[in-house]
Amino acid sequence: MKKTVLTLSLLLMSATLAFAQPGLHKISVSQFVEHPALDAVLKGFQDYMKEKNIPVTYSVHNAQANMATAGQIANQIMGEEPDLILAIATPTAQTVAQALKKSPHMGKTPFLFTAVTDPVRAGLVRNLEKPGGNITGVSDLLPIDKHMENLRRILPNLKRLGVIYNSGEANSKATVGQIQREGLRMGFEVTEATVSKSSDVYQAAKSLVGRVDAIFVPTDNTVVSALESAIRVCVQNKTPFFCADVDSVARGAVAATGFDYYKHGYQTGAMAERIFNGAAPGDTPVETQKALELHLNLRFAEQMGVTVPEEVIASADRIYRK
Amino acid sequence: MTIYAFIGALEQGFAYGIMVLGVYLTFRVLDFPDLTVDGSLPLGASVSAVAITHGINPFVSLLMAMAAGFLAGTVTALLNTKLKILHLLASILTMIALYSVNIRIMDGPNISLLGVATVLDPVTALGIPGNMAAPVMFGGIALGVTVVIIWFLHTELGLSVLATGNNPQMITSQGVNTHNIIILGVGMSNSLVALSGALVAQNQGASDANMGVGTIVAGLASVIVGETVFGDRSISRACMAALLGSVLYRITIALALGMKWGKFSFTPSDLNLITALLVVAALTVPRIKARWNRR
Repeated sequence: MKKTVLTLSLLLMSATLAFAQPGLHKISVSQFVEHPALDAVLKGFQDYMKEKNIPVTYSVHNAQANMATAGQIANQIMGEEPDLILAIATPTAQTVAQALKKSPHMGKTPFLFTAVTDPVRAGLVRNLEKPGGNITGVSDLLPIDKHMENLRRILPNLKRLGVIYNSGEANSKATVGQIQREGLRMGFEVTEATVSKSSDVYQAAKSLVGRVDAIFVPTDNTVVSALESAIRVCVQNKTPFFCADVDSVARGAVAATGFDYYKHGYQTGAMAERIFNGAAPGDTPVETQKALELHLNLRFAEQMGVTVPEEVIASADRIYRK
Repeated sequence: MTIYAFIGALEQGFAYGIMVLGVYLTFRVLDFPDLTVDGSLPLGASVSAVAITHGINPFVSLLMAMAAGFLAGTVTALLNTKLKILHLLASILTMIALYSVNIRIMDGPNISLLGVATVLDPVTALGIPGNMAAPVMFGGIALGVTVVIIWFLHTELGLSVLATGNNPQMITSQGVNTHNIIILGVGMSNSLVALSGALVAQNQGASDANMGVGTIVAGLASVIVGETVFGDRSISRACMAALLGSVLYRITIALALGMKWGKFSFTPSDLNLITALLVVAALTVPRIKARWNRR
């Protein structure tokens, strides 16, 4: 057995392919989990590189939502010695940051994070304007103020807003804090319903019915994966349902001030290009998503008893009708 | 596999090796399949992270994590022994409860430990680079823990734990209360798992509510791979095998992650399949070998 293991190890080691061709930018990617939104981020990034004809090779790793694997991937990347590291989502960004800090030879490698909601709280950067070191990135901190303003435009009498989210997701927790602050500013009350798995969503939506004027769901992996169960409850009880991402509008949310993960990745690609052209990551401010679109679903608006004002319809970028 | 990936596999092998020793105690010694570990690993991480960010010494935070882990194991053992809930189910209940508890402890799903004091500081203070400090420190702690466990299993109390797993009827007739032994054993196991979680969090730079996912799979895989490769003829050997099995398991994962073979390469999503195949191989190879030898 010992011999078998040894032979196998040697075989595998010899099979490890080194990066070759000169002039290429070697990019190592650490993605936390396979997930439509995060996959779209990577696709957007890669499409940007393709469209701008930037010669790159990728070494893409995926931790499958396992922190231990994420840690190993970070070490793996230190060994790949890429020209740029891209970390998608908070946990992988943290493990890469830690591995970089410990690595004697990789400390100067540019490191971009993307799809991280709160880079300061995650300990990745101290300052969004001037991150320092070799790290910067694009944050998916939602433009909650814009979301809430649009909500107000559609429901001028909103007094009580329900929010469903998984209290185990760092990004959601940060977003709900923002919603609370906006609520104070704009004069509506926020009621939270937390879930820990997708099968809780139905129950959570039911628990809010009658206690709130509308329900909002942030970009929460757990809730979004079970969106239909919440939408069903909202249609049955004529409770307007809103979401943070545009994909969910097609599934039945009344409206979203579009957060498009593909464009998020595309924007990260533009940032990578600037760094390849000599920009120092530490002097590159952390960005938030630039392109925002208003998507409306008039079919579900009607089913949920919402009359969307004409001026809002006129300003929408995409409308799903009957 | 690069040298960095190899050193990384060593550091993780040792850090998680302490968890594997815990799994060995329940799974092999007590014959108590314990899924609490998926919750007690982040429990240890949470307790340690909160303690450190409140200014408590990182080494002291390890003891606090172990105490919390012991408590979690005690809950599982009490559910099983006193409330007569099947061990597997009892441990699942504690595990899912711990998810909520951990978020309460951290007051959120994630605490960043980037740039705070950790147990690695004394080693890096000696001028050893960060990526070497971790395997040295964790290797030291893991070996120390292994020696203590081996010693414990040779004491009278330790022998009762072994006997409880082997032959509960016999040990009951000797006048030993198996309930107390199970509480002690499962508690000890989870305190090791929590210690491992605390070290992992300090090493990875964050404690996360979801970091326990897959712990039991990694633990069982490591125990089985260790037994198959290093043998389990004596208690001392089996304990060492558990620790080394953890290192070997991490090396295998590192190899799989770096593997590209001409045009063929594993995609990232194949990793779970590779892990499953590894465990199946480790479980069946000894049997096939035994049958082959008989011919």
